[in-house]
Amino acid sequence: MSVAPLRFFASLRLTVVLLVLSIALIFGATLDQVHLGVWGVQEKYFRSFFIFGRIPGTEFFFPVFPGGYLLGGALIANLLAAHFTRFRLSWKKSGIWLTHLGLILLLIGVGLSGLLQEDNQMRIDVGQTRRYSESFRETELAVIDTTAPDYNQVVSIPAAALTDGANFQHPLLPFIVKAVAYYPNATLRMRSQLTNPPPSVATAGEGTDIVATPIPVTANPDESNWPTGFVELVGPDGSLGTFIISTMLQQPEAFSYQGRSWRLALRAKRDYLPFAITLQKFTHEIYPGTDIPRDFASTIRLRSDDGRDDREIRIFMNNPLRYAGRAFYQAGFANNDHTTVLQVVRNPSWRIPYLSCGLIVLGLLVQFGIHLFAFFRRRLGGVPAPAPATS
Amino acid sequence: MKKSIPLFSLFLALAWVGFTFLPARNPGAFDLVGFGRLPVLADGRLKPMDTIARTALLMLQGRQDVVTETGRRLTPEEWLLDVYFRADQADRYRIFRIDNSEVLSLFGLDAGDSARQVRFSFAQLAAGVPELERQAELAGPVEAATRTAFQRGVVELSEHLEYYDRLKYTLQTPNQTDLLGDLGDPARLTADRAGFEAMEKFSPLRAIPPGAADNRLDGWQSAGHALLGILAKGGANPAVSRMAGLGRAWRDAQPDRFNLLVAADQAALAGQFPGAMRRCAFEAFFNEAEPFYTSLVLYVAAFLLAVISWLKWPAELGRAAFRLMALAFLVATGGIVARMWLEGRPPVTNLYSSALFIGWGAVALCLILERINRNGVACSAGAMIGFATLIIAHHLSLSGDTLEMMRAVLDSNFWLSTHVVTVTTGYASTFLAGFLAIIYILRGVLTRTLDKATADSLARMVYGIVCFATLFSLVGTVLGGIWADQSWGRFWGWDPKENGALLIVLWNAVILHCRWGGLVKQRGLMGLAVGGNVVTAWSWFGTNMLGIGLHSYGFTNAAFQGLVTFVVVQLAIIGLAAIPRNKWRSAAVRQTG
Repeated sequence: MSVAPLRFFASLRLTVVLLVLSIALIFGATLDQVHLGVWGVQEKYFRSFFIFGRIPGTEFFFPVFPGGYLLGGALIANLLAAHFTRFRLSWKKSGIWLTHLGLILLLIGVGLSGLLQEDNQMRIDVGQTRRYSESFRETELAVIDTTAPDYNQVVSIPAAALTDGANFQHPLLPFIVKAVAYYPNATLRMRSQLTNPPPSVATAGEGTDIVATPIPVTANPDESNWPTGFVELVGPDGSLGTFIISTMLQQPEAFSYQGRSWRLALRAKRDYLPFAITLQKFTHEIYPGTDIPRDFASTIRLRSDDGRDDREIRIFMNNPLRYAGRAFYQAGFANNDHTTVLQVVRNPSWRIPYLSCGLIVLGLLVQFGIHLFAFFRRRLGGVPAPAPATS
Repeated sequence: MKKSIPLFSLFLALAWVGFTFLPARNPGAFDLVGFGRLPVLADGRLKPMDTIARTALLMLQGRQDVVTETGRRLTPEEWLLDVYFRADQADRYRIFRIDNSEVLSLFGLDAGDSARQVRFSFAQLAAGVPELERQAELAGPVEAATRTAFQRGVVELSEHLEYYDRLKYTLQTPNQTDLLGDLGDPARLTADRAGFEAMEKFSPLRAIPPGAADNRLDGWQSAGHALLGILAKGGANPAVSRMAGLGRAWRDAQPDRFNLLVAADQAALAGQFPGAMRRCAFEAFFNEAEPFYTSLVLYVAAFLLAVISWLKWPAELGRAAFRLMALAFLVATGGIVARMWLEGRPPVTNLYSSALFIGWGAVALCLILERINRNGVACSAGAMIGFATLIIAHHLSLSGDTLEMMRAVLDSNFWLSTHVVTVTTGYASTFLAGFLAIIYILRGVLTRTLDKATADSLARMVYGIVCFATLFSLVGTVLGGIWADQSWGRFWGWDPKENGALLIVLWNAVILHCRWGGLVKQRGLMGLAVGGNVVTAWSWFGTNMLGIGLHSYGFTNAAFQGLVTFVVVQLAIIGLAAIPRNKWRSAAVRQTG
C-alpha cells in the first residue's frame, strides 16, 4: 500500500468523521424504532453495510447512509492504521493502546454477537418437561412422521427458504415439498363467513375452508406476526394436494400416505437441547398492596441426556442459568402464574464484551491517571501548565 | 465591611438552614405532627400520613399549601384529616389545578373569573364530572404520546378527581357521621355493610395494622377490609376503634381526645413496627425540612454572588459564593443520604433521584475546580446546574411519591450502585463541561470580562471534565451492558436508553479527538462541549419520550416542551460560539481562541 491512502486511513480527521456518522446512525435508528421496532432497526441500521432509501414512486433502492458494519469496519481500519503509522509503543501512550485494543475487540464482539447470537424462548407449565426452545422470530415448516407410537420423526425446513416454487427433497420423506406461497404475516378467516371468497389455493385438508390474506409485517411489540403459506406435496405417483400451513393454526394438518401418518406444521423454529427441563414451581411476588412485581422465580429440574446432571436450579431476575453454551433467563410468565417464560440465549462470543470492556476501562484509567498525575505534579511544583498535549 | 461579606453571608445562610431543621410545631391544640407520623401502607411501603398528604397535594395542585375559603392556611395534615373525616368540608377546598381553558369550559368555569383562578374545589367541579368522564373515556384509547393538550388535560383531571374521591374512603365513607358509635352497636354496624365494601374497594391506602403478634407488611389491611372482618367474625379491632375515635375527635374539635388517641396508636405500633415507625417519623421531619428547597435557594444566592464577583470584589464575593455553594451542597447531600436511608437503596433509583444526583455530582466537581482555580467560574456553573436540576426534580415530583418500589428487573442494589451511579456521574460531568463552556461563550462574546487567564483556565477545566465524563459515561455504559447481559441475555440491545448513553460516550470521544487532532481550538472546544448538553439532555429525557424500550419508565408531557426549549437555547449558544472571533468583545479570545 502506498503511503497516501494509509495516511488517510490513519488520520484523526477520519476518526472524527466516522464517530460523527456513528452518532447520526444511532440517533436515526433510535427515532426509527417507533416505526420498525428494535429488531427491524437492528437489521436495517446496524447489521448492514448501507441503509437504503427508495426513490419515491419507484422500486429503485439506493444507498443513503453507511450502515453499522461499514462504520464499524472503517473504525477498526482507522484504529489499526493509526497504530501502524502514528503511534509508538511507549509508557505514556500505554493507556491509549489498551483502550484502542479494547475498542477493536468490542466492535468485533458486537459484530460477532450480531452474526452468532440466537434468541429463543421456552414456555413451560408447572409440572411440564421440555426438551427444546423456540425462536422468537424465525419459523420452520415441520414435516412430522407420527406413525411410531413412542417417537416422532421430524424433517424441518426454515420458513425463509419457502420462496415460491422452491422444492425440497429428503431421504426421510416419500414426497417432495413444493412451496406454493408464503406470507410473513397474514390473517385467516373461514371461507363460509365471507360473502365473495376468492378461489381456494389449498386443494386438500382444512385449508380449503380457510381464506388467507397477506398483510404487512408489524413491528409493534404488542402485536404478533402470523406467517402463513401453502405447500404442495408431490409423490412418485402424482400430487397429494396443496395444504395450508400457518402458525395461527392450533391443529396442524394431518394426513396418511403410503400407510404412514403425517403432520404438517408451521411453527416457531426449534432448538433441541441435550437435556430436559421440568418446571417444578413458579413464584411471582408483588409488593404488598400493589401490583408492582417484586420478583419472578422458576424452580426447575435439569436432567442431561448423558445422565451426569440431575439437579434443581432456581432461575430468577438478574440470576440466569448458564448451561451447555446457553443462558436461561427469567423473562416473563403467563397463564395466571402457571406458565413460566424463559429466554434462552446462545451466543458463543458472549465473553468478548467482558474482556474488551476490561481493557477499555483499564486503558482509560491508565491514560487519564497519567494526565492527572502530571497535572498535580506541575501544580505542586509551581510550573505553569502547558496547553493540552496533542497526540 | 467588604472583608466581612464571606463570613456574614455564611452566617446568615447557616442560621436559615438551622431554622429549617427545627422540629415541626403544631399550629394549634391538635397533635397534627404526631398524626402526620402515623404509618400507612401505600405503593408497597409504609409511609407517614404526612407523605400521603403532601404527595397528594403536589399531584393535585402542584403545591403543598391549602387555603380555605376564609383565607386560613391549612397544614397538609389538617387537609388530610378533613378529607378523611369531614369530606363535605374538604370538598370546598380549591385543590384541583386546571390550566387548560378547554377543560375548564367543560365545567362552565372560566379562568378569567378572577385573576389567580387556576385551582378549583371538588364542589365546584362536581356538576361537570359526568361530562369529564365521558371526555376522558374518549381520550383513553388514544396513545399517551399522541394525545392533544385537551385530551391530556381531561385524562389527568379525571385521574386526580378519582384519586381524591378514593382517599375519602380511607377511614370511613364520606356519608358516615359516627363510625365510632356504629362500632358499639351491632345493628348499625350491619346496616353499614355496603359502605365498608365501598371502602375496601376504593381506598388506595391500607391504614390498619395487623394484629399485635404479626409484623408482616402483608398483614396491613384497608379499614374497609378490617370492618368487614369485624362484621364477619365479631369482636373488635383496636386500631379501627382508634381511627374511628380520631374521626369523632376531629369532627367534634376535641384536641385532648385526639392527642390521646394519636399517642395510643404510636405506642401500639412502636413495639410492632419499630423500624418503620422510626423511618416514618424521620420521613415526616424530612418532608417538613425540605432540604432540596433550601439548597435550591442557596444555589441561586451562590450563583448571583459568583456572577457579581466578576464585576466587583472578586476575592470576597467569590469566597462568599464558594461557601454558600458548599453549604447548599452539604444540605443536598444530607437530603440524598436521607432518601437513601429511607429507601435502603443507592442514590439513583428513578428519574427524580437521577436529577438530584446529577446536580449533586456536578456541584461536587465544581467545588474541586473552584478550589483549584478560584475565579468564580466553576462556582457559577455548579450553582446553575444545581439550581436547574432541583427545578427539574421538583417538576418530576408532581407526578407522585418519589420513593418508589423497584420493579423486579431493577431490584438489584449492586447494579443500581455501580451502573446507574457511574452513568449518572457521566451525565453530570458532561453537563458540567457544557455549562462551563456556556460561561466561556457568553462572557467572551457579550462581555469584556473574559481575560486570558480565565479563558485558559476554563479551557483546561472543560478539557479535564470532558476526559472525566468520557471515562464515567463509558464505564457506566459498559456496566449497563454487563447488567443487561446478566439480566436479559444480551450485552447490547440497541434500546433507546442504551443508545442515548452510547451517544454521550461517542460525543465526548469526538470532542477529545478533535482536540487531540488540532481540529478545534478553545472556541471550537467550547461549542462542542455545549453540544454535549444537547446529547445528554436527549439521553436523559428524550429517550423516555419515545415511549418504547425497556427503560421507558419516565414519560412526561410537560418535559417535552422543556427539552425542546433547552435544545434550542443550546443551539443558539453554539451559534454564538461560531461568531468569528474578531467580533467577540473579550480581547483574550480574539488573540488565542
